[in-house]
Amino acid sequence: MGLPITARGYSWTHADRDEPAVGPLDLDIPAGQKVLLLGPSGAGKSTLLHALAGVLPEESGTPNGELLVGDTGPDPHRGETGLVLQDPESQVIFSRVGDDVAFGMENLGLPAETIDSQIRESLAALGLDLRLDHPTAALSGGQKQRLALAGIHAMSPQVIILDEPTANIDADSAGGIRDAVLSVQAANSATMVVVEHRVGLWLDHVDRVIVLGREGLVAEGSPQSVFSDPGLTAALIGCGIWVPTGPNAPAEARAQPTVEAAPGSGTDDEEGEVLLRAESLAVSRPRAKAPAAAGIDLTVRAGQAVGIVGPNGAGKSTTALTLAGLLPEFAGQVTAEPALRGKTGQVRPFAWPSALLAPRIGMVFQEPAHQFLTAEVAAELRLGPHLAGWSRAEVDDRVGQLLDVLGLNDLAGAHPQSLSGGEKRRLSVAAMLAPRPQVLIVDEPTFGQDALTWAGLVELFLDALGRGSAVVAVSHDRAFLDAIGARRVDLGAFSTPASAQAPAGGRGE
Amino acid sequence: MSEQLARRRSSAEVGVEDPGQLIPVVRTTAVVRCNPLTKIAMALILMVGALLSIDVVSAGVVLLFCLLGLPATGLDLTAALKRLWFLPAGALMAAWGTAILAEKTGTVVIDVGPVLMTTGSLSAAAAIFVRALALAIPLIVLASTIDPRDLSDALIQHLRLPEVVVVSVLAAGRLLGLLVSEWQVLAMARRARGMAGGSLARRTRSLFSAVFVLLVVSIRRATTLAMAMEGRAFGRPGRTWRRRSTFAVRDVAAVVSALVVCVLAIVAAHVLGTWNPIIAG
Repeated sequence: MGLPITARGYSWTHADRDEPAVGPLDLDIPAGQKVLLLGPSGAGKSTLLHALAGVLPEESGTPNGELLVGDTGPDPHRGETGLVLQDPESQVIFSRVGDDVAFGMENLGLPAETIDSQIRESLAALGLDLRLDHPTAALSGGQKQRLALAGIHAMSPQVIILDEPTANIDADSAGGIRDAVLSVQAANSATMVVVEHRVGLWLDHVDRVIVLGREGLVAEGSPQSVFSDPGLTAALIGCGIWVPTGPNAPAEARAQPTVEAAPGSGTDDEEGEVLLRAESLAVSRPRAKAPAAAGIDLTVRAGQAVGIVGPNGAGKSTTALTLAGLLPEFAGQVTAEPALRGKTGQVRPFAWPSALLAPRIGMVFQEPAHQFLTAEVAAELRLGPHLAGWSRAEVDDRVGQLLDVLGLNDLAGAHPQSLSGGEKRRLSVAAMLAPRPQVLIVDEPTFGQDALTWAGLVELFLDALGRGSAVVAVSHDRAFLDAIGARRVDLGAFSTPASAQAPAGGRGE
Repeated sequence: MSEQLARRRSSAEVGVEDPGQLIPVVRTTAVVRCNPLTKIAMALILMVGALLSIDVVSAGVVLLFCLLGLPATGLDLTAALKRLWFLPAGALMAAWGTAILAEKTGTVVIDVGPVLMTTGSLSAAAAIFVRALALAIPLIVLASTIDPRDLSDALIQHLRLPEVVVVSVLAAGRLLGLLVSEWQVLAMARRARGMAGGSLARRTRSLFSAVFVLLVVSIRRATTLAMAMEGRAFGRPGRTWRRRSTFAVRDVAAVVSALVVCVLAIVAAHVLGTWNPIIAG
């Protein structure tokens, strides 16, 4: 059975801040209720979840008021709450699947025989058909998230706390993860609180929606009452929440003028100069013996957007890195046409020195934190144009302009690593756009973004496309690819790793 | 679709070694199944046999046993040669240095300008070479065949080390493997931003910023991992262990054979008169 959650004037303040990170809040969540928790970044959603799970480090802040799970304060040692976090990578505890599922049960002191039978049951319940000694390092992101859920399932928690469980999962697998969560919930009729940007994914499956603002509760009620209230719509959009119906951001963005290419048509309309070309390309991670994807034929033209799509593990990111000249081709070749390479004799971007590559092909990595090289937001934007040899006035001009577009003027002196997730993402895209590369390659630019950041990103890309740059986007986000008018190249449609020699030529051309 | 793909991937990865492993284990043998503590004891005993004296005989007996025993370790020997070729090469370099620099006793064998080798210095060189390998091989087998999880089970259940510490170190060790792939991404990111290459000063600067990023990313990841572990009731008193760490007959046999080899090495050196202890006495 689930446990009720009660908050009376509860707030929590970081040790180094004056304003509380969350609250003060009054909440009454009855036992067994499924709650979707929404709010803008910085509203303290994660802090509240961590407080409910009892994992807020005591030394890092002070609580006020009262927070009860059941009759007492939250304590993870009782094993009543199951917590699943956003990043699948940092939730894997052991190197073998069986050990990982057993971890919680061992901590709870269950006898070994019970644990062994429960591991199999929990793996089966989460649809993981794996041997117990399967290495966890060989799992995909979606599988890792299922594994974390299996570990929770095995503990039969009475309260389930989920912090963006599908943020790093592709749209096609997200539904499966959600159903897995719901089955864990149903098994104990547990109380469930989930934070998620993909409102549509959960809306039909929760009993209640709670919207948290920076100053406490904005709205709460059944999904229908919250989202059909016209008085609330503006407030919700202001919070960056994806409102499932009505005038939401994706629709607006789609209405904007885009490049001529028909979205999703999969054709190459042969307008615009060819910048980059891949012919029977096979790609692989460094030192891998087999290609991650093969038989890729692709033409990148000025002013056009290409969306690289396909299921998890199809080699999309590897393809993007190879096109960007960062990984050597496994087979075939990536060729830069004269319009892109200029006077350079070398046609393969991988053979170019870094100084030649950066101003021509920009690459935005999946994890923005990876690509920041300076200690200041403004310096980060200045770096590219400066290295490309722009004059001081030109650089300052460009930086000022980007800061305006990004709404980061107030943070120009902040450290890039201290920004919020959405701000980091926008900064990483802007830093790559700054020197105006002719080809911009981006890997999942819209993962885990709220509606406001999403619209801001679309604007940046449309601006680059309008200026004649080409965009290659690896993305599961159909709305985003439609918004930038990208034609699709489906890697799932090319040959699979097993047969590098399989039919060349695909839907790319 | 993704399920199907996942299955295909997992079947393809049966042959893929665990990234944390030095040399892949291709067969499960009795030695591989031994308790980790047994393996550590074996390696220590063998090292004592090779370490006590600098001579060809005692080290040679240990090395011979190790070489003969290699097939029983289930290690992929071709991969071992490919990855660890520098070990014999390094031992050879050490031997070369010894041959030139050691005390010149006995008759002169080679005398080419500055290079002077005598029978005395050559036998010292041979001892160094054999000894280095006899010390290295047990350590490599140890590092490659011990599953960290088995080791932590053994440390907690038999040596009574504090479980919270051991399990935390074990979980953190898994993150170390991620650092390698993160570093590769960071190197690519530096290149994409135009910061790779160039002057030494610029390279150094970009290297430092990459190290900083690595630090930030790792700390963030470690914090999340700690939260995930605590969220699953880690740290609660009365933890149980799904797997019992046990000793079997093979463990006794392994330790006894290591002891026999160790004694044999020392006795043989004494009998043949090559005993040359490192601690004079």
